[in-house]
Amino acid sequence: MSIIEKSACELIEMLGNREISSREVTAAFCDRIEAVDSRVRAFLHYDRDQALRRADEIDHRRSAGQEVGLLAGVPVAIKDILCARGEPTTCGSKMLEHFKAPYDAHVIERLDRAGAVRLGRVNMDEFAMGSSCENSAYQKTANPWDLRRVPGGSSGGSAACVAALEAPLSIGTDTGGSIRQPASLCGIVGLKPTYGRVSRFGLVAYASSLDQIGPMARSVVDAALLLEAIAGHDPRDSTSLPHPVPPYRQSCQQPLPKLRVGVVTDYFGEGLDEEVAVAVKKAIEVYRSLGATIVDVRLPTSAHAIPTYYVVATAEASSNLARYDGVHYGHRAKEYRDLVDMYKRSRGEGFGHEVKRRIMLGTLALSAGRRDAFYNKALQVRRLLRGDYDAAFQQCDVVLGPTSPTAAFKLGEKSDDPLAMYLSDIYTVATNLAGLPGLSLPCGFTKSGLPIGLQLQGPAMAEETLLRAGYMYEQATDWHRQTAPLAGTS
Amino acid sequence: MTFTREQVAKVADLARLHLSETEIDSMSRQLTSILEFFDQLQAIDTTGVEPMAHGVAIENVFRDDEKHPGLPPDEALANAPKRAGDFFAVPPILD
Repeated sequence: MSIIEKSACELIEMLGNREISSREVTAAFCDRIEAVDSRVRAFLHYDRDQALRRADEIDHRRSAGQEVGLLAGVPVAIKDILCARGEPTTCGSKMLEHFKAPYDAHVIERLDRAGAVRLGRVNMDEFAMGSSCENSAYQKTANPWDLRRVPGGSSGGSAACVAALEAPLSIGTDTGGSIRQPASLCGIVGLKPTYGRVSRFGLVAYASSLDQIGPMARSVVDAALLLEAIAGHDPRDSTSLPHPVPPYRQSCQQPLPKLRVGVVTDYFGEGLDEEVAVAVKKAIEVYRSLGATIVDVRLPTSAHAIPTYYVVATAEASSNLARYDGVHYGHRAKEYRDLVDMYKRSRGEGFGHEVKRRIMLGTLALSAGRRDAFYNKALQVRRLLRGDYDAAFQQCDVVLGPTSPTAAFKLGEKSDDPLAMYLSDIYTVATNLAGLPGLSLPCGFTKSGLPIGLQLQGPAMAEETLLRAGYMYEQATDWHRQTAPLAGTS
Repeated sequence: MTFTREQVAKVADLARLHLSETEIDSMSRQLTSILEFFDQLQAIDTTGVEPMAHGVAIENVFRDDEKHPGLPPDEALANAPKRAGDFFAVPPILD
C-alpha cells in the first residue's frame, strides 16, 4: 500500500516509529496533487515548498525529542474559508480575490499546535453558499468517482481532495449540510459537530447561528482524530461550549452494546432515489445484525426544513455579508458616482449570482412588513424542528437516514435551477437548525459506481456516540476502503 | 405571489446591491418561484411557539474588561482598497 492510500492514523503510527518522515509523507501527497489535481481541481492555493518546510520542522522537532502534537506531521487540506495569517482566504469569491488574512482562525492555531502540515486551500461554493461547488468564482471541482459530476458542496474541494487521495484529512464547514452532503457524494466520512463544539473564530461567516467547522476523512477513526485536534473551548467565540474534549480517536473504537437506532420514516418518501433508499435500508440491517435495537421515529417538521433553513440562513447572510462594502477589505469598484453607488457597484461586481440571490432573499425576509411572515415564522418552525428531535431522542441514541436524496449529479445539471439545488440539502439542514451533530459515512454505491452516504444524527454533544456507532458500521462493511477511480473526462 | 422587477429593485437598493437589467429579470423569476415554495411555512400552526434564534441555549458570556493587544494599524489597513494615513479612505460624502 502506497503512502497516499494509508489512513492518517496509520501514518501517525509510522511517523512515531520513525519508519517514515513527515517530509516523505508530505512529498507523496504533493506528488499526488501535482499528478491529478489538473483533473480534480480541488486546490485553489497550493505551495509545495511551504508544506515541505513545515514537514521538515516537525521532523526536526521529533528527532530533537520535542512534543510533536496529535497530528504529528500529517498533511491536512483547508477549506478556503478559514483565515490563516498572511495567506489568501478567498472564500471562492472574487470579492476576496486579493484578501490576505491578518490573523489565524482558532482551528488553524489548533492544527498548527497539533503538528499538522497544512497542504493548501481547497475550493468551495462562494461564501459556502451552494451544494455542488459550482458557485466558486475560480474553478469547478470534479467528483473523483466520475469527473463529469459534482463533488457536492459547499465543502466540495475538501471532500474531493480526500477522495482523490490528495490529502488524508481535510477541514470543511457545514451550515446546512456542507460537510455531510459532499462527504456523501464523494464516498468519504464527514462530521458536522454540535453548534459550539468547534470555535468559529476566524471562520468567514455565512449564517452565524448555523455555521460549524468539522473534519473530513476516509474513515471514522481519522475523522475522530481530526475532531479531537480542533474541538474545544475558545473565549474568542462567545458561542463556544466549555465542555471537555473526549479522546475521540480512542473512544470511537469502543462499540455501543445497547445501541438504539431510530429510523426516520419521514426521510423515505417522495424525492429519495431508489438506489439510495435500498443502500440505506441495507445499512439498517447491518445495525440489526450488530445487535442494535431498531425503532421507527418521526421528524414530521423536517418536511418544512428547506424553506425554514433558507429563510434563517439567508437572513443571517444578508446581515453578515453587509461587511463587504469596498471600504475595509475586499473588492472596490473602479467607477462609481458617490459613496452609496460605490457600495452597490463593489458588491454587484464582487459577488456571484447565488450570493446575490441569498442576500436578496435574506433582505426580503427581514424587511419591514415581511419580517413576521418570513423570519419570525421560520424561527418558530425551527423550535418545532428541535422539539421533533428531542422527542425522537427519547426513543433512540442516534437517528439514521440518507445524507443526500441522490448520488452525485452532473456538472451543470442543477446550476440554472436554484430550488432544485436547495432540495439536495433536504436531509441535512434540520441538523443545523437544531444545533445538533451529524455524521455522514459511505454505505454503498449506485449501479454506475457512485458513492451513497448514510447519515447519523445525535443529541447535542453526542459526537462520541455518533463516531462509535459509525465505527461499528464501518467495521462491518468495506465501502470506505474503495478508492475513487478518477474516471471519465472532466 | 409574483415578485416584480420594481420589488427586486427596491430590495436590491436596501441590500446595497447593484444588479444589471438581466439580473433583475432573472432575480424576479427565481425569487417568485422560491417565495412560492416558502409559502408552505404559512400553513404550519405555530400558535404560542417561542421563536428560536439559536440551536443551543446560550446565555450572556462575560469577560473581564481588560485591555488586549489588537491589530497594529498597518496590519488592519493592509487589505484596504484605499487608505489615507491611518484611515480607510472613502469618496466624499459631502459636497
